[in-house]
Parts: sequence; C-alpha cells; structure tokens
Amino acid sequence: MPHALIRAAAAAACLLLVSGARAEHLLVSNEKDNTVTVIDGESLAVVKTVPVGARPRGIVLSKDAKSLYICTSDADHIEVLDLATLTVTRTLPSGPDPELFTLSPDGATLYVSNEDDNMVSVLDIAAGRIVSEIAVGVEPEGMGISPDGKILVNTSETTSMAHFIDTATHQVVANVLVDSRPRVAKWTKDAAQIWVSAEVGGTVSVIDAASHQIVTKIRFQIPGVPAESIQPVGIALTDDRKRAFVALGPANRVAVIDAQSFAVEKYLLVGQRVWNLAFSADGKRLYTTNGVSNDMSVIDVGALEVVKSVPVGRLPWGIVVAP
Amino acid sequence: MPGLCRLALAVIALAALVPPAAAQTTIDIAYLGLAAKRTLPLSYLDQPPTDEGLQGARLALADNQTTGRFLQQTYHLEEAIEPDGEGVLAAFKRLAAAGYRNFVTDLPAALLLQLADLPEAREAAILDATSTDDRLRAEDCRPNVLHLLPSRAMLADALMQYLAVKQWRRILLVAGPEPADQAYADAVRRSARKFQIRIVEDKPWTYDPGARRTDTGHYAIEAEVARFTQGISYDVLVVADEADNFGDDLGYRATDPRPVAGTQGLTPTAWARPFEQWGGTQLQNRFLKQAGRWMTDRDYGAWMAVRALGEAATRSGSTDPAKIRDYLRDPAFELAAFKGARLTFRPWDGQLRQPVLLADARSLVSVSPQPGFLHEVSELDTLGIDRPETSCRMP
Repeated sequence: MPHALIRAAAAAACLLLVSGARAEHLLVSNEKDNTVTVIDGESLAVVKTVPVGARPRGIVLSKDAKSLYICTSDADHIEVLDLATLTVTRTLPSGPDPELFTLSPDGATLYVSNEDDNMVSVLDIAAGRIVSEIAVGVEPEGMGISPDGKILVNTSETTSMAHFIDTATHQVVANVLVDSRPRVAKWTKDAAQIWVSAEVGGTVSVIDAASHQIVTKIRFQIPGVPAESIQPVGIALTDDRKRAFVALGPANRVAVIDAQSFAVEKYLLVGQRVWNLAFSADGKRLYTTNGVSNDMSVIDVGALEVVKSVPVGRLPWGIVVAP
Repeated sequence: MPGLCRLALAVIALAALVPPAAAQTTIDIAYLGLAAKRTLPLSYLDQPPTDEGLQGARLALADNQTTGRFLQQTYHLEEAIEPDGEGVLAAFKRLAAAGYRNFVTDLPAALLLQLADLPEAREAAILDATSTDDRLRAEDCRPNVLHLLPSRAMLADALMQYLAVKQWRRILLVAGPEPADQAYADAVRRSARKFQIRIVEDKPWTYDPGARRTDTGHYAIEAEVARFTQGISYDVLVVADEADNFGDDLGYRATDPRPVAGTQGLTPTAWARPFEQWGGTQLQNRFLKQAGRWMTDRDYGAWMAVRALGEAATRSGSTDPAKIRDYLRDPAFELAAFKGARLTFRPWDGQLRQPVLLADARSLVSVSPQPGFLHEVSELDTLGIDRPETSCRMP
C-alpha cells in the first residue's frame, strides 16, 4: 500500500515534470489555408487554428516570445500574432512577396527576403518601417543570422549563392556559389559554420564562417528513391554540433547526419514533402512540416524514431516552438 | 523602299554591335528568330503573342545579370528577328563574324539545320529553344546544337505513361493533315507501343467546317464529331493538331463521353499556365510582370536556353565561349528550371532531360515520369529516346 502510494506519487511527479518541460506550443504556418495551427507541445493536440493573411510561409518568434512574426507572402506584409490572445494585433511592412526572414539576436530587427524583387529588406520592428534594402541574387530565400548578429547569410534560389552580408554596413562581403536552388541557411551555435541546403542540387554545403570556403558537400542516397526526388530544404543542428537533421522534401525522409564526420547515419520516413524542422525546447523531439500530406511528424531525437504524426492545415510550411 | 529600309537597318544593326573582343567580362548571346506568320488558332481567346520566346530570353537575361553582378560578369542579348530564312542566315553570319558564339534560336527544323551546318557555326553553341522535332535529336542531330524543350517523343511518352497508370489503355488517335500533326501522331504511335497502349483506331481528321463561328455553326461541328467517333470503343481520344485548328472541337461532342488528350484537352507540355509547383509561381509572376501576358512553353524554352548559358558561365567561372560550350555538356552541368529535379543534357542527342507537365487550360493534372516507371540511370530517361535506341550519330 505505501509502495503503491509512493509509486503513484512518483508517477504524478514525473507527469508534472514532463508537462513542465513540454509546457510549450508548436506553431505551424499553413500556406494554402491562410492559417496558423497552434498545437499543445505535451498532448500534441491542436489547440486552435488561427486565420491570418494570405499565403503564410516563414514564421519566427519574437525575442520576448510573446508574439509570432508571420510572412504573409501574398498579402505583401508581415503580421504580428499575439500569442496570449492568438489574434493578429499589428502588421509590419515587408517589401513585396516576403517569404522568409530572421530576427537579429537583440530582437529589434527583422531581415526579410523579398522573393520577387531580389532584395533583402531590413525592418526596424519598433519603428515599423523598412530602414534599408540590400540587393542580392535572384529569388532570395534562406536567411541565417550569426549568433552575434554581425553577419547575415541570405541564399538566392536562381543565382545559387549564399550571400554574406555585414549587418552594420549592409554590404555584401562575400558570395559563395553553392549547388542549385539553395533554400535554408543555418548557423551552427558556435558560429563556426553555415549549413546551406540546395533543393535542386540535392546537397547540403557546409561553409566555414571565417574563410567562406565550402568545407564539404553532403550528398544523399536512398535505396529505391530516385535521385531527383531528394531535395534538401530544412536543416536543424543540435547546439553541441554533434548531429544535424535535414528534411529531404519529396523523398519524404529526414536525414540524420553526424555533424562532425558529415556521414549520413540514417533516413527517417516522415510525411510527404517534408519541408521545415524545429526542435522542442528540451531538444528531445524534432518536429517536421509535411507539405503534401498536410501533417506534422514528431521524431524522438534520442531513439531516432518517428513516433507520431499530427494533422494540421493545408500545405504546412514553417514551424516554430514557443514556450 | 523596303529594300533600302532593310539595308539601313542592317547598317544600324552592324553599328550597334559591340565587338566582343572586349568580352573578358561580358557573355554575348544572340537570339535568332523567324518573325512568326502564325495563323489564328481555333479559339480567339488565346491570340498568339508576337514576342513569344523572346520574352523568355529577356527574363533569363535579367536573371543572369543579377547573378553576374556578384561575379563581375555582364550579359548582352542581341535580338535578331528576321522575316525569312535568308535573313536569319545572313544575321547569323553577321553576328558570328562579329564574334558571337552563343546562339539561342527559335527556328523551324530545316532552317536550324542549314544554320548549324554553316562553316561559321563550327565553334558555336546553338541552343534550340523552341523545336520539338524528333529528327533534330535523331538522324539530323548536330554536335553544336542542344535542345531545350521536350521532343514530341518525350511529350507522347509523358502522356502514355499517365494513361498506363490510369489503365486507360485503349485510345482513338485523330491526326490532322499538317506535317507537324503527322509527326506528333507518329510520336504517339511509337509511345503507345512502348507503354502497351492500344490504338483501337487511327483516323485522319479531314473535315473542313467552313464558317464555324457563324450562327448555328456549332450544330454542324457537333454532328460531325459524333459521326466521326460513332461505333468505336475507346477510353481516351488522343488528338494531334499542333496548330490548334480543330482539336478543341472534339471535346464534349463525341458519341461516347470520353476525355480528349494530346495537343488539346489534357496536354503534355514543358510549361502551362496553371503550373505553380517547385517555385513555378515565382517564374510565372516575374514573367507576367515583365511581359504583361502568361508564359508559354516557347517562352520557357528560351528562358531555359539563356539561363543554361548563364549557368555555364557562372559555374565554369568563364566568359570564354569555348569553355561555356564545353561546360554545357559537362556531367557537372545542371539547370534548375522550377521542376524540382535538376535538368541535364543527354550526351547522346543533346536533349535536355526534364519532367513533363500534364495540364489542361485551368489545372495541372500530373507530372511525368509517373512513379513506378523505373530506369537504371535516371527516371527522366523513361521519357523520349534513350541511349540504346538513339539514331543520332555524333562525330
């Protein structure tokens, strides 16, 4: 009897602990539905589907974690979703056709890629205005900012380059030619490398941040999957840079990579056209958006297994984890 | 007077040519087209644009310029649209003499061959942006010519693969009288054999409806199509009518309710208005903004041609035409053209490997190759003439 009691108490404590660790929400932008799906991080149940502007794609959390910035591409602006009330409280200018953006580490500036006019717009969030435009290659897309906020890396899809931009001067300081149609640029936490996925080239280029040289190109091969359908997009790197995950688009798999040796360890089968990735705050789970199957896959990072899929809206695109 | 004018224009054109001797940093591209004398299509909803092809080349030029800025490379596009074959050949010689080596062409097969066989063309890279003729990829292939748009064989294979997947294996083939229609029908016949599609009847379309747009003209058309298709048991009517003379009249009017595919209805094509996958929306938007009209497959072919030259210049890091020409055929060459897959040139016939869209006027239906059609090298090579069966003999 006391044993059972203790066991029950321990179980309750565990449950509390777990729910404490997972008291977070997942936010998914649905490009075709013009909505953001809010999912409870513990139960993985859909809490709410919030209507937003036309064609929401890139999403990013504000520094105080109270708002979500949303690139509503066809509405040609950025919407600010208040996470307490789940309503859009403000819109910000973005330049035409904003697709993706990144937030400066101090939380004051958004750098927005304007896919239709070959520009990166620099948005002062407090003032609500664009303070500068930086000319880049054709169809700017991926945006990655260095942990110290000094260097912005932008990829341009048709130009196939990663542009390194000095955020103090807004000058392009280096251009690195990568494989065709680069999508996502991700800095390692130690600021030593930038990983850039090339959707059509089928590779991930690892670029040395100091020398701007390509350290290696990671290639993917999956038995039974045509090489043409291996299209790397989303990248997630663990903070210790031990492991990387790369979403392979219509190959419907996430590649697990040893980030030190660059060897591909495993391919995890997820939903169809897997696009972007996000870790849970504790790093134990990895979430994926699957654009064609309209769901989100949940990967157990420790076991390297896909444990669940959660239906969301149509053409889920971006994913963010909010506390 | 017109002769004088032409002479004057030629002189002006000559004067405007920048000798690419100073071309250390400039990639010079010449666009050669034949001013189209197109007849009006059956439906007056889609008037043939006069700048078809050219607008695609211009858009790709702008794309190349943007990229070139970061590499200290600039691009120049010289446009020469001539009224006749003689004019095209003269323009080609003039441009070749001025140092041009990169050519993008919008020319019929016979004229393209004449041009490619000129001694001045030996060092040239000729990118055929708009033809679909299989013979240019077969017995009439040339080592200095590359083809951007899918050949008729590829188009037919794309459609037949889809019919095979749908298990619509019995087709009624209806071919128009024009040589292009016959070539399209030949491609369908070959492809039907390849994918075990049965042509239950192979009928020529000879009916001349006269003044079909006059009041009550539709009765005659409907009666004729019903009569034409009576007593035939088939799944799909496949039509070969490249000039849009009658194909649109076949839908909804046959005796049995059967879909129409081929040059009308469900159409295999390199580009289509409803296409928005793999970032295609971006290209559609940029083209609309520039040209004020929708992009056609010929515009897309020209866009790919100029982009291919840009890609070769970027990747080879060179403006030297010889290096660009070699890089186009290098195994490392790849073109991203909004189809998801990387596109490369087949070494055996100079054809660009690519997925083929299946679309009607308002929706994208599918994209071939269809899943399940396997190939040891590239699934894209299940479309068109593969290496073992090619009759192209490059020197």
